Amino acid sequence: MTRAQRRRAFNGVFVVLCSIATLIALSALVMILWTLLSKGLGGLDFMIFTHDQPAPGSPGGLRNAIVGSLIMCAVGMAIALVIGILAGTWLAEYGAGTKYGHVVRFFNDVLISAPSILIGLFVYELLVAPFHGFSGYAGGVALAFLATPIVVRTTEDILTLQPGALREAGMALGASRSFVIRKIIWKSARTGLLTAGLLGFARISGETAPLLFTSLGNQFYNHNLSQPMASLPTTIFQFALSAYDDWQRLAWVGALLIAAAVLFINIVGRVLAREKKHA
Amino acid sequence: MNTELASPRGAPPGHALGEIIFRYACAGAATFLLAALAGVVVSLFIGGLPAFREFGFGFLTSTTWNPVNEVYGAAGPIVGTLITSFLSLLVALPLALGVSVFLVEFCPAKLSRPIAIAVELLAGIPSIVYGMWGLFVLAPWFAAHVQMPIAMDFAPDSLIGKIFSGTPNGANIFTASLILAIMILPYMAAVFRELFLTVPAQVREAAYGLGCTPFEVIKAVVIPYVRRGMIGVIMLGLGRALGETMAVTFIIGNSHGFPHSLFDSGSTIASTVANEFAEATSDMHTSALIALGFLLFVITFIVLAVARLLLREAKV
Repeated sequence: MTRAQRRRAFNGVFVVLCSIATLIALSALVMILWTLLSKGLGGLDFMIFTHDQPAPGSPGGLRNAIVGSLIMCAVGMAIALVIGILAGTWLAEYGAGTKYGHVVRFFNDVLISAPSILIGLFVYELLVAPFHGFSGYAGGVALAFLATPIVVRTTEDILTLQPGALREAGMALGASRSFVIRKIIWKSARTGLLTAGLLGFARISGETAPLLFTSLGNQFYNHNLSQPMASLPTTIFQFALSAYDDWQRLAWVGALLIAAAVLFINIVGRVLAREKKHA
Repeated sequence: MNTELASPRGAPPGHALGEIIFRYACAGAATFLLAALAGVVVSLFIGGLPAFREFGFGFLTSTTWNPVNEVYGAAGPIVGTLITSFLSLLVALPLALGVSVFLVEFCPAKLSRPIAIAVELLAGIPSIVYGMWGLFVLAPWFAAHVQMPIAMDFAPDSLIGKIFSGTPNGANIFTASLILAIMILPYMAAVFRELFLTVPAQVREAAYGLGCTPFEVIKAVVIPYVRRGMIGVIMLGLGRALGETMAVTFIIGNSHGFPHSLFDSGSTIASTVANEFAEATSDMHTSALIALGFLLFVITFIVLAVARLLLREAKV
């Protein structure tokens, strides 16, 4: 074999190996989606949304869990959007290049990947143990801690992309700095900020670990945030590990709902981000 | 500077005040992030202090985890966490490199974007879904097609029999590592891809112009160019694997002892906390679990901090 042939052979093997790796990754996605659809779709009916979780052996749905998840995600996102957008704005507009800005950005990046179960323990110490009770508030706050770093990061990225000429034009008309940021920069970055929110929402809507010992879970319908609150992920966790077939079936339906929601939000966020680039 | 220019005469009263308020609100929100991180460290440390005081250094080395007798040693979960994380990295790293290289170098342009999106979607699936898939699909298959044949064909006291001994139910350290690998694979592949795209086109084209094959371009030009960043991505993947909770909790078998073989059931720090915290039987039990959390925080913090330092140059 000549040197050139050997090099080409090496390259051929390499291409094949890379393609196989991609095939493996894609087939994992297909297998998981297939399992979700085949096990979850059969149980998906109207009752899922209109009835609360049943006792083993009787019919029921997941209404209490779905409502609980929506409420706590809304609380989490409300906190995360306010703090996240303000902090991201500071990083992009005021703190860019300062030493403190670097420190905040660095620790925010660490927070993004921090294990979510530790956030759960932290919020337990912060809100559950002192007030002697699990609550929906605690669950919402735990989710907020998870979504905020993502909103910060995306907001900063989006605002940094806004052209400097916009800022200069605003300033030249005599507008103050905060006015320029609020009325010009935020406005022109509208879709980007929406994407930031969606990415944060996608992250927290499937989170289980931080809710286990903050909102705990609740087998009854409840929209009182000061009480323990059901959520889709914790109910799935409980049902999937139970010994009852009908609970396990409900768990698959719940898993399908969550996965579909997360995938949908991710795709919407992506489409919005793409439109922005084209505009 | 002329103050007249800095605050224009036409500015409405209270204008400067609003300016200051907005600025400090933003700075306050940024500071809040640091406070949150500090709060996590301090609260976990304070919560774990009783356990650290009671068991001292033995908390790290003892394998006894016994809520009934109030004796807690964390060696089992610590070792389980490290083993599963490194095994999953071992599986995921070559696959993630393969996927990202395929997407950047070989894939037809039309397919590249959809595949990249599919890979990123895989990264977005909640971990509880991976856990259920692992428990209900992977574990039974693994028990029937891998564990049973090995148990049948090799004597329990042979070397292979020892390495692979364990209850044939598919819930063990090895399958937990596989699930973890599937979870961190798309994440690592996505960041690797971004990293490879930061290599300037001229550099790669120059190598092609010299007659390099794609393999040689990757090996001799692309990888050396982003070497530090690659170590950062590996550390990020490791950080994910270390702290991943739900998927592992489903499939690792949740036993507290020291794992004796690859197919033995075990536990990780995160799975132990997830399983026991809400039902902790005593204050010391709670404290021991929070102490476990503190250890996990220290480990992941170091790994993630190194990862971010290495990735800062690459700006990924």
